[in-house]
Amino acid sequence: MAGVPPKDSGKPETGNVTDDPAAGDEEGMALSEGVTEKEAVGEAEGEGMTEKEATAQVKGVAGAEVGGVGSSEDAGASEEPPETEQVTMKVWRGDPSGGAFVDYVLPRVEGEVVLDVVHRLQATQAHDLAARWNCKAGKCGSCSAEINGKPCLMCMTRMEELPGDTVTVAPMKTFPIIRDLVTDVTFNFVMARQIPAFRPKEPEPDGTYRMQQIDVNRIQEFHKCIECFLCQDVCHVIRDHEVNKLYYAGPRFFVRAAVLEMHPLDTIDRRDLLKEHLGLGFCNITKCCTEVCPEHIHITDNAIIPLKERVADSAYDPVAWLGRKIRGRRKARALEVLELAPAHAAPTSDDLRPAMATQDESGESASRDSAGAPDRSDGGNAGGEHGNNTGG
Amino acid sequence: MKYGLRAQHAPVASAEECNVTIVEEARDSAPTAIPVEIGKPRGGPRDRRTLRKDSWWQSPTVTVVILSTFVGYSTFAAFQGRNYYVGSGRHRNLLSPFYSPCMTHACVAGSHPLGIWFQFWQFSPALLVLIIPLGLRLTCYYYRKAYYRAFWQSPPACAVADGHARYTGETRFPLVWQNIHRYFFFLAFFLNIILTIDAIEAFRLPGEGVGMTIGTIFLLVNAALLWMYSSSCHSFRHICGGNLNEFSKHRIRYRIWKIVTPLNARHMQIAWTSLVVVGLTDLYVRLVAAGVFTDPKIFVVH
Repeated sequence: MAGVPPKDSGKPETGNVTDDPAAGDEEGMALSEGVTEKEAVGEAEGEGMTEKEATAQVKGVAGAEVGGVGSSEDAGASEEPPETEQVTMKVWRGDPSGGAFVDYVLPRVEGEVVLDVVHRLQATQAHDLAARWNCKAGKCGSCSAEINGKPCLMCMTRMEELPGDTVTVAPMKTFPIIRDLVTDVTFNFVMARQIPAFRPKEPEPDGTYRMQQIDVNRIQEFHKCIECFLCQDVCHVIRDHEVNKLYYAGPRFFVRAAVLEMHPLDTIDRRDLLKEHLGLGFCNITKCCTEVCPEHIHITDNAIIPLKERVADSAYDPVAWLGRKIRGRRKARALEVLELAPAHAAPTSDDLRPAMATQDESGESASRDSAGAPDRSDGGNAGGEHGNNTGG
Repeated sequence: MKYGLRAQHAPVASAEECNVTIVEEARDSAPTAIPVEIGKPRGGPRDRRTLRKDSWWQSPTVTVVILSTFVGYSTFAAFQGRNYYVGSGRHRNLLSPFYSPCMTHACVAGSHPLGIWFQFWQFSPALLVLIIPLGLRLTCYYYRKAYYRAFWQSPPACAVADGHARYTGETRFPLVWQNIHRYFFFLAFFLNIILTIDAIEAFRLPGEGVGMTIGTIFLLVNAALLWMYSSSCHSFRHICGGNLNEFSKHRIRYRIWKIVTPLNARHMQIAWTSLVVVGLTDLYVRLVAAGVFTDPKIFVVH
């Protein structure tokens, strides 16, 4: 099929392929398999249209009848007026063996977000374009990508807000690529397991826990996190220096640690863990995580810097150290907790496999598959912890 | 490529599927590498610094220009060692914030109300004073962002490649010393008190009575902005209440924290404004002291 790289080589066989997203805005239109643009125009002219009208219609509706992932609402191409503004989508196509940007020219549709256009591409020109998505409402955190070089959610990026006639869509750079726009975000799940979970203090005599709202207002901001991992993607500590992944958890998990560290009922002190194992000191607070957060969490000001100050209390401030010695330790050290319950012993979604297998045997697998549940039998993590939907 | 302590053995079957190597005894010594696998191919063009199309270079460029101008000017002002005090000869009591408190034997008459504390100091008095604001701003969480981005290119902007091949952040000397920011905050707190007294003293016009001049306004605004800068500091936010987990048991500290938090959200704006104003205040005092123009009076009460 034109404009789509064969899976074996990772390189597009035809179409306007370039490594330079700034070049080649003119052509790149691909039609459905087995139908050339000239043939399609000829058929349309035979129905009484002028050549110009026929060409425009063919460019707009090419391949729409093929179906694919997008619904008729997603495709929307058949509703296009004959004369419409065009946009060139430069989409990264490839897999671990290599890849390149492929140009797709298609008409602009008012009100679309980038994910709509990706779906329209899947329905018309690039049926096997892989893209992870789920809710289309900015709440599942699945459709993270780099649009015009900026990490953002495809479903929350409006096409009319992007300048120029060319839009570049690339996968998140920080994570290994699986295919096209889908990356392997396993790193984040490994990091999540390094942080000891919430362990509350003893309940009150009546067997309940009580907190006041002012005690938890601060951490409720952090609970808005949708785990899109855009903050992880943009963080230069691991984006540009991959070796740091061994020592650095990343902004999302500093937010997670802040939730637990500031919790009024928690009994674990994670400061030494943050300093010695999760690499809080690597962060140089350039605030990119805050800039890209689709939930507008003030990651740097409200999570990372307060954690840095708490670590300074514990490791760099002799006065605070003296105060702690006088008052005594009130929380268990996270490293000691990890000794008792190592991170590698924490349960993961893999532990659910027996239960899922039981469901499969009882015939429930068909309904789950049709609902788009992740299929991890490919050996990768394309579905990850999020929903998955790949074209083709 | 696999890294990590004992990362080559004890892989668990299920973990292999997600390319994670589990380490059985990973915590023998610190620091421990977390068992993740790195070096796998990543998407996007490898040879491009960024795919961004906007003017991402504007912000670091502006930062470089403003900070360089300020550093250049303040270096000149600090080493000049004169024209920092407008005294009774001109019926004013204006002391440059770069030289306050003036406590060395080189200080001109009338400029050292706290006395001479550093007899041994042979250089400009400003070099002693400026250690505090320099240390405060150098370790400030906002300025760190500004100069890491603009000067150190680490990174120059979000999603733009880092300017260095290797990166250890603030984990090692000298950058690990950024953690002493709170101590500079305490010293700056003391300095703010001195500068506030200077601003009040500027209302005294020797030989004319009490009044207000343009110079008085400069010193007042400068002191107010420095108070705001200190009050919006992240370290202060932590000390006044941020280090608590149960606000409900510390109502007064919670109230202070509630006041400081919105100021802290504007720390960047306050930092730039106070930086410019402190430079302009010194420039104004310097020009008046050099006799370039006379400090205009707004009102005088005899």
